[in-house]
Amino acid sequence: MTLVQVLFYLMSFIALGSALFVAATKNLVRSIFMFFITLFALAGLYVLVLADFVAITQVVIYVGGILVLILFAFMLSGKETLNIIAEQRKPFISLSKVPAILLACLFLIVLINVIFKADVDHLGWIKNSIALKNGIAPDAAMTENIGINLMTRYLLPFEAISILLIVALVGAAHLSRKESGA
Amino acid sequence: MISLTHFMVVSAVLFCIGLYMIVSKHNAIQILIGIELMLNAAILNLVAFGKYDRSSNGGQMFVLFAIVLAAATTAVALAIILNVYRRYKTIDPGTIDNLKD
Repeated sequence: MTLVQVLFYLMSFIALGSALFVAATKNLVRSIFMFFITLFALAGLYVLVLADFVAITQVVIYVGGILVLILFAFMLSGKETLNIIAEQRKPFISLSKVPAILLACLFLIVLINVIFKADVDHLGWIKNSIALKNGIAPDAAMTENIGINLMTRYLLPFEAISILLIVALVGAAHLSRKESGA
Repeated sequence: MISLTHFMVVSAVLFCIGLYMIVSKHNAIQILIGIELMLNAAILNLVAFGKYDRSSNGGQMFVLFAIVLAAATTAVALAIILNVYRRYKTIDPGTIDNLKD
Protein backbone atom coordinates (compact mmCIF):
# COMPACT_ATOMS: atom_id res chain seq x y z
CA MET A 1 0.00 0.00 0.00
CA THR A 2 1.56 3.21 -1.10
CA LEU A 3 0.65 6.55 0.41
CA VAL A 4 -1.47 7.41 -2.63
CA GLN A 5 -3.55 4.28 -2.20
CA VAL A 6 -4.03 4.93 1.51
CA LEU A 7 -5.16 8.47 0.76
CA PHE A 8 -7.48 7.25 -2.00
CA TYR A 9 -9.22 4.76 0.27
CA LEU A 10 -9.42 7.28 3.10
CA MET A 11 -10.90 9.99 0.88
CA SER A 12 -13.40 7.72 -0.82
CA PHE A 13 -14.44 6.27 2.53
CA ILE A 14 -15.06 9.77 3.90
CA ALA A 15 -16.92 10.83 0.77
CA LEU A 16 -19.16 7.77 0.60
CA GLY A 17 -19.76 7.63 4.35
CA SER A 18 -20.77 11.27 4.60
CA ALA A 19 -22.92 10.93 1.47
CA LEU A 20 -24.70 7.99 3.08
CA PHE A 21 -25.21 10.05 6.21
CA VAL A 22 -26.62 12.90 4.11
CA ALA A 23 -29.06 10.46 2.54
CA ALA A 24 -30.03 8.75 5.78
CA THR A 25 -30.44 11.57 8.27
CA LYS A 26 -33.79 13.19 8.99
CA ASN A 27 -32.27 16.48 10.12
CA LEU A 28 -31.94 18.89 7.21
CA VAL A 29 -29.26 21.08 8.81
CA ARG A 30 -27.09 18.08 9.59
CA SER A 31 -27.44 16.77 6.07
CA ILE A 32 -26.39 20.14 4.61
CA PHE A 33 -23.30 20.32 6.82
CA MET A 34 -22.35 16.71 6.08
CA PHE A 35 -22.64 17.58 2.42
CA PHE A 36 -19.80 20.05 3.06
CA ILE A 37 -17.62 17.13 4.11
CA THR A 38 -18.59 15.10 1.05
CA LEU A 39 -17.56 17.95 -1.20
CA PHE A 40 -14.22 18.42 0.57
CA ALA A 41 -13.45 14.71 0.31
CA LEU A 42 -14.32 14.80 -3.38
CA ALA A 43 -11.92 17.73 -3.82
CA GLY A 44 -9.26 15.52 -2.24
CA LEU A 45 -10.05 12.78 -4.75
CA TYR A 46 -9.65 15.30 -7.58
CA VAL A 47 -6.19 16.14 -6.28
CA LEU A 48 -5.35 12.42 -6.38
CA VAL A 49 -6.19 12.30 -10.10
CA LEU A 50 -3.84 15.25 -10.60
CA ALA A 51 -6.55 17.83 -11.26
CA ASP A 52 -5.54 20.41 -8.67
CA PHE A 53 -7.16 23.36 -10.43
CA VAL A 54 -10.47 21.52 -10.55
CA ALA A 55 -10.15 20.71 -6.85
CA ILE A 56 -9.66 24.38 -5.97
CA THR A 57 -12.60 25.33 -8.20
CA GLN A 58 -14.72 22.72 -6.46
CA VAL A 59 -13.90 24.17 -3.05
CA VAL A 60 -14.46 27.76 -4.14
CA ILE A 61 -17.65 27.33 -6.16
CA TYR A 62 -19.37 24.40 -4.47
CA VAL A 63 -18.47 25.03 -0.86
CA GLY A 64 -18.28 28.80 -1.11
CA GLY A 65 -21.18 29.37 -3.46
CA ILE A 66 -23.69 26.57 -3.78
CA LEU A 67 -23.74 25.48 -0.15
CA VAL A 68 -24.13 29.04 1.08
CA LEU A 69 -27.03 29.42 -1.35
CA ILE A 70 -28.63 26.24 -0.03
CA LEU A 71 -28.20 27.43 3.55
CA PHE A 72 -29.84 30.74 2.62
CA ALA A 73 -32.80 28.98 1.05
CA PHE A 74 -33.10 26.79 4.11
CA MET A 75 -33.12 29.79 6.43
CA LEU A 76 -35.59 31.74 4.31
CA SER A 77 -38.11 28.93 4.14
CA GLY A 78 -39.49 28.77 7.66
CA LYS A 79 -38.20 26.30 10.16
CA GLU A 80 -41.56 25.11 11.49
CA THR A 81 -42.74 23.48 8.27
CA LEU A 82 -39.45 21.66 7.92
CA ASN A 83 -39.82 20.30 11.44
CA ILE A 84 -43.33 19.11 10.69
CA ILE A 85 -42.01 17.23 7.69
CA ALA A 86 -39.35 15.64 9.85
CA GLU A 87 -41.75 14.70 12.64
CA GLN A 88 -44.19 12.89 10.38
CA ARG A 89 -41.69 10.24 9.41
CA LYS A 90 -40.35 9.25 12.77
CA PRO A 91 -40.41 5.45 12.41
CA PHE A 92 -36.97 4.42 11.17
CA ILE A 93 -36.90 2.69 7.78
CA SER A 94 -40.49 3.37 6.85
CA LEU A 95 -42.08 1.17 4.24
CA SER A 96 -42.26 4.02 1.75
CA LYS A 97 -38.44 4.06 1.48
CA VAL A 98 -38.16 0.45 0.32
CA PRO A 99 -38.85 1.06 -3.39
CA ALA A 100 -36.27 3.86 -3.44
CA ILE A 101 -33.64 1.67 -1.79
CA LEU A 102 -34.46 -1.16 -4.17
CA LEU A 103 -34.18 1.13 -7.20
CA ALA A 104 -30.84 2.55 -6.06
CA CYS A 105 -29.36 -0.88 -5.29
CA LEU A 106 -30.46 -2.40 -8.59
CA PHE A 107 -29.11 0.59 -10.49
CA LEU A 108 -25.82 0.25 -8.59
CA ILE A 109 -25.57 -3.41 -9.60
CA VAL A 110 -26.16 -2.47 -13.23
CA LEU A 111 -23.55 0.30 -13.10
CA ILE A 112 -20.90 -1.88 -11.44
CA ASN A 113 -21.55 -4.60 -14.00
CA VAL A 114 -21.13 -2.14 -16.85
CA ILE A 115 -17.92 -0.75 -15.35
CA PHE A 116 -16.32 -4.18 -15.03
CA LYS A 117 -17.52 -5.28 -18.46
CA ALA A 118 -16.16 -2.12 -20.08
CA ASP A 119 -12.70 -2.74 -18.62
CA VAL A 120 -11.86 0.94 -18.71
CA ASP A 121 -8.16 0.53 -17.90
CA HIS A 122 -7.48 -1.15 -21.24
CA LEU A 123 -9.40 1.15 -23.59
CA GLY A 124 -7.67 1.89 -26.86
CA TRP A 125 -7.18 5.61 -26.45
CA ILE A 126 -5.91 5.26 -22.89
CA LYS A 127 -3.25 2.78 -23.98
CA ASN A 128 -2.35 5.15 -26.80
CA SER A 129 -2.06 8.05 -24.42
CA ILE A 130 0.19 6.08 -22.08
CA ALA A 131 2.34 4.99 -25.00
CA LEU A 132 2.65 8.56 -26.27
CA LYS A 133 3.30 9.85 -22.73
CA ASN A 134 0.24 12.08 -22.98
CA GLY A 135 -0.87 11.37 -19.41
CA ILE A 136 -0.48 14.06 -16.77
CA ALA A 137 2.71 13.56 -14.79
CA PRO A 138 2.47 13.94 -11.00
CA ASP A 139 4.81 16.95 -11.01
CA ALA A 140 3.24 18.80 -13.92
CA ALA A 141 1.79 22.29 -13.47
CA MET A 142 -1.45 22.14 -15.44
CA THR A 143 -3.05 25.46 -14.57
CA GLU A 144 -1.16 27.35 -17.25
CA ASN A 145 -2.15 24.77 -19.84
CA ILE A 146 -5.78 25.02 -18.75
CA GLY A 147 -5.72 28.78 -19.20
CA ILE A 148 -4.21 28.56 -22.66
CA ASN A 149 -6.71 25.89 -23.73
CA LEU A 150 -9.60 27.92 -22.34
CA MET A 151 -8.69 30.85 -24.57
CA THR A 152 -7.93 28.84 -27.72
CA ARG A 153 -9.42 25.39 -28.16
CA TYR A 154 -12.42 25.82 -25.85
CA LEU A 155 -13.22 29.48 -26.54
CA LEU A 156 -16.70 28.82 -27.98
CA PRO A 157 -17.96 26.68 -25.05
CA PHE A 158 -16.45 29.26 -22.70
CA GLU A 159 -18.43 32.11 -24.28
CA ALA A 160 -21.59 30.00 -24.41
CA ILE A 161 -21.30 29.11 -20.74
CA SER A 162 -20.75 32.74 -19.77
CA ILE A 163 -23.92 33.80 -21.60
CA LEU A 164 -25.83 30.93 -20.00
CA LEU A 165 -24.55 31.89 -16.58
CA ILE A 166 -25.67 35.49 -16.87
CA VAL A 167 -29.07 34.41 -18.23
CA ALA A 168 -29.52 32.01 -15.34
CA LEU A 169 -28.51 34.58 -12.73
CA VAL A 170 -30.80 37.27 -14.16
CA GLY A 171 -33.58 34.71 -14.26
CA ALA A 172 -32.97 33.70 -10.66
CA ALA A 173 -33.02 37.32 -9.53
CA HIS A 174 -36.23 37.88 -11.46
CA LEU A 175 -37.88 34.80 -9.98
CA SER A 176 -37.04 35.59 -6.39
CA ARG A 177 -38.04 39.25 -6.29
CA LYS A 178 -41.09 40.34 -4.31
CA GLU A 179 -44.25 39.84 -6.28
CA SER A 180 -45.91 43.20 -6.94
CA GLY A 181 -47.65 43.19 -10.32
CA ALA A 182 -47.66 39.58 -11.43
CA MET B 1 -1.18 4.35 -9.16
CA ILE B 2 -4.90 3.85 -8.65
CA SER B 3 -6.73 2.37 -11.60
CA LEU B 4 -9.61 4.06 -13.37
CA THR B 5 -11.97 1.31 -12.26
CA HIS B 6 -11.60 2.34 -8.62
CA PHE B 7 -12.70 5.88 -9.39
CA MET B 8 -15.60 4.68 -11.50
CA VAL B 9 -16.85 2.42 -8.72
CA VAL B 10 -16.70 5.28 -6.21
CA SER B 11 -18.61 7.53 -8.56
CA ALA B 12 -21.19 4.81 -9.27
CA VAL B 13 -21.90 4.49 -5.55
CA LEU B 14 -22.17 8.28 -5.21
CA PHE B 15 -24.55 8.39 -8.16
CA CYS B 16 -26.81 5.76 -6.60
CA ILE B 17 -26.89 7.61 -3.28
CA GLY B 18 -27.98 10.71 -5.18
CA LEU B 19 -30.63 8.69 -7.01
CA TYR B 20 -31.94 7.35 -3.71
CA MET B 21 -32.18 10.87 -2.29
CA ILE B 22 -34.06 12.17 -5.32
CA VAL B 23 -36.60 9.35 -5.25
CA SER B 24 -37.22 9.12 -1.52
CA LYS B 25 -36.96 12.60 0.03
CA HIS B 26 -39.94 14.79 0.90
CA ASN B 27 -38.05 18.06 0.94
CA ALA B 28 -37.09 20.02 -2.16
CA ILE B 29 -33.77 21.13 -0.70
CA GLN B 30 -32.71 17.55 -0.02
CA ILE B 31 -33.71 16.57 -3.55
CA LEU B 32 -31.49 19.37 -4.78
CA ILE B 33 -28.62 17.99 -2.70
CA GLY B 34 -29.24 14.60 -4.34
CA ILE B 35 -28.94 16.19 -7.76
CA GLU B 36 -25.66 17.80 -6.71
CA LEU B 37 -24.37 14.40 -5.58
CA MET B 38 -25.16 12.90 -8.98
CA LEU B 39 -23.44 15.83 -10.72
CA ASN B 40 -20.39 15.29 -8.54
CA ALA B 41 -20.30 11.62 -9.48
CA ALA B 42 -20.24 12.60 -13.15
CA ILE B 43 -17.53 15.17 -12.46
CA LEU B 44 -15.39 12.55 -10.73
CA ASN B 45 -15.57 10.35 -13.83
CA LEU B 46 -14.65 13.22 -16.14
CA VAL B 47 -11.67 14.16 -13.99
CA ALA B 48 -10.48 10.56 -13.76
CA PHE B 49 -10.48 10.17 -17.53
CA GLY B 50 -9.03 13.64 -18.03
CA LYS B 51 -5.80 12.43 -16.50
CA TYR B 52 -4.92 10.77 -19.81
CA ASP B 53 -5.28 13.91 -21.90
CA ARG B 54 -2.49 16.30 -21.10
CA SER B 55 -2.27 18.35 -24.28
CA SER B 56 -5.90 19.41 -24.73
CA ASN B 57 -7.23 18.95 -21.16
CA GLY B 58 -10.65 17.81 -22.38
CA GLY B 59 -11.80 16.24 -19.13
CA GLN B 60 -10.79 19.01 -16.75
CA MET B 61 -12.13 21.72 -19.05
CA PHE B 62 -15.58 20.19 -19.23
CA VAL B 63 -15.53 19.64 -15.50
CA LEU B 64 -15.12 23.40 -15.11
CA PHE B 65 -18.09 23.95 -17.44
CA ALA B 66 -20.12 21.38 -15.51
CA ILE B 67 -19.38 23.11 -12.21
CA VAL B 68 -20.55 26.45 -13.65
CA LEU B 69 -23.71 24.75 -14.94
CA ALA B 70 -24.33 23.27 -11.49
CA ALA B 71 -24.02 26.71 -9.91
CA ALA B 72 -26.51 28.20 -12.39
CA THR B 73 -28.92 25.31 -11.83
CA THR B 74 -28.76 25.70 -8.09
CA ALA B 75 -29.41 29.43 -8.21
CA VAL B 76 -32.52 29.01 -10.36
CA ALA B 77 -33.78 26.00 -8.42
CA LEU B 78 -33.45 27.79 -5.08
CA ALA B 79 -35.32 30.81 -6.45
CA ILE B 80 -38.11 28.47 -7.54
CA ILE B 81 -38.12 26.76 -4.14
CA LEU B 82 -38.44 30.12 -2.37
CA ASN B 83 -41.36 31.08 -4.60
CA VAL B 84 -43.07 27.76 -4.00
CA TYR B 85 -42.61 28.16 -0.26
CA ARG B 86 -44.10 31.65 -0.39
CA ARG B 87 -47.19 30.39 -2.19
CA TYR B 88 -47.82 27.01 -0.54
CA LYS B 89 -46.03 27.33 2.85
CA THR B 90 -44.40 23.96 2.26
CA ILE B 91 -41.61 22.61 0.09
CA ASP B 92 -42.70 18.98 -0.08
CA PRO B 93 -42.91 18.34 -3.84
CA GLY B 94 -45.54 15.65 -3.25
CA THR B 95 -48.10 18.11 -1.92
CA ILE B 96 -47.69 20.81 -4.54
CA ASP B 97 -50.36 19.90 -7.04
CA ASN B 98 -52.00 23.15 -8.19
CA LEU B 99 -51.42 24.90 -11.46
CA LYS B 100 -51.88 28.66 -11.71
CA ASP B 101 -55.66 29.08 -12.00
